[in-house]
Amino acid sequence: MRAAAWSPLSPSAAAILPQWLVFLLALALAKGLVVLGLVLLMRTGLVSFGQGLYFGLGAYAAALLANRAGLADAALMIVAGTACAAAVAAILGLLLARYREIFFAMLSLAFSMILYGALVKSSALGSTDGFNLHAKTFAGFALAAGSERRLFYAVSVVLVFCVAWLLHRYLASHWGRLSAAIRDNELRVEYLGASVYRVVYVNYVAAGALAGMGGAFAALAVGHVDPETAYWTTSGEFVFIAILGGTGNVLAPFLSAAIFEGLRTIASQYAPNVWQMSLGLAMLAIIMFLPGGLWTLLQRRKAA
Amino acid sequence: MNPILVAQGVQKSFGAVSAAADLNLSFERDSVTSLIGANGAGKTTFLNMVTGYLRPDAGRLSFDGQELVGLDPRRITRLGVSRSFQIPQLFSSVSVRENLLVAEGIAAAQGIAGVDGVEQATDAVLERFGLERYAAQAAGLLPEGVRKLLDVAMALVAQPKMLLLDEPTSGVAAAEKFGIMDLVMGAVRGQGVTVLFVEHDMDIVSRYAARVVAFYDGRVIADGAPGKVLDDAEVRRFVIGEEPHASA
Repeated sequence: MRAAAWSPLSPSAAAILPQWLVFLLALALAKGLVVLGLVLLMRTGLVSFGQGLYFGLGAYAAALLANRAGLADAALMIVAGTACAAAVAAILGLLLARYREIFFAMLSLAFSMILYGALVKSSALGSTDGFNLHAKTFAGFALAAGSERRLFYAVSVVLVFCVAWLLHRYLASHWGRLSAAIRDNELRVEYLGASVYRVVYVNYVAAGALAGMGGAFAALAVGHVDPETAYWTTSGEFVFIAILGGTGNVLAPFLSAAIFEGLRTIASQYAPNVWQMSLGLAMLAIIMFLPGGLWTLLQRRKAA
Repeated sequence: MNPILVAQGVQKSFGAVSAAADLNLSFERDSVTSLIGANGAGKTTFLNMVTGYLRPDAGRLSFDGQELVGLDPRRITRLGVSRSFQIPQLFSSVSVRENLLVAEGIAAAQGIAGVDGVEQATDAVLERFGLERYAAQAAGLLPEGVRKLLDVAMALVAQPKMLLLDEPTSGVAAAEKFGIMDLVMGAVRGQGVTVLFVEHDMDIVSRYAARVVAFYDGRVIADGAPGKVLDDAEVRRFVIGEEPHASA
């Protein structure tokens, strides 16, 4: 427990870690939230290649609240990002919850590319360059210059773990079980008298909300938003992180996202030309030797 | 008498093949009926129409006074019609216990759970069907007989008024067939459940059914007590004659 308190993913770490690492981990937490939603979908048997839609929506909603509405409060921005993504997911979910497999994956990708196209074309939102944002307060408290990122990181850690714990409870509940049952056999679920559509819809909206929350966190961490957040490679990155970590535990996405961001940082510094190739090789190794993701390594250690 | 299930003028064809040609049948409450017939005679099609998986081309199906045509399997399940499948429909990647927990959870959400809650109700089902020793095993890795039992056990969790069993003993070793049927019939006895089962094994049919309905080419060619139906000339020729394993 003491070791856990001093691990990089704990609030107290924010005070002692170097600035670049705090930034890297804050981004990892944000992406971990998106992947957490993806894990929920994967447990239901669905893979979305379009979570960038909600990631981008969350980021832009948070940024616009600060820049256009003048409400530069980080807490409000996170709420706005989450709510905006959830609202759009609640509408698109009505359609998407009817589709499965490749059709679900491609349709979700198509919707994300519509947002990307719209953002690129809108000069008012900075077009391909996007725009900068800056949070002045957090839940009413002024963010002192310099310490801002650290404080924000500490709060993010607490909040993100609360969200992960809630999802953990959800997965262990009847609805979580029902989600896994749908992945196995939809026909049987319907013949037991439950609505498959309803469960898929609820999980889809929840995944969208989590991606929106992640988008708002990322926008706050980076201080900048651009259309890349909704681009299909961003969505692909989320799927990559989900497979890297595995769907076995709600903490796996965060571990995996931290490793991913770390690898990216190191690789872009020392091997900028082969960075994507090394990602490809890592994916190959995971699929061949650890199909359950990196989390299975921890499980094995626990079992031993 | 007040039948629980009534089929009137039910028709269904797949292209040129008639799977139901003007079926008129009614089933009494708390009765056990076996549907027999060669493959393609229309037995499973009848079950699929009753449960809403297939929609009849014409005719009416009423259950407990409620019209079934046009309702989906979920609605019909909620009205009190449960079924098992010829190929057991399980949640293969999770344990036997998890399979039953899902079923109990769904039932509980509809207010059907036992007073003790989902976990205890699941334990009770495991015990009733002799599935305790398989409880922790993944459903996908079970022997066929156990898969069949689990399939029926899940169907019964919703405490249905009517239970439809599609070939409950097919693919099971001959020595196990009676054991499975004894467990299933024991579980529904005294519960007021109407049972319809499709079966090819005539020993099972004559032992467990009080009434036999014989199908041929989408039509009913004989209907009555097992002794009478199984002796019928047409049944011997079209049903039993074409099922070499059934006369053994």
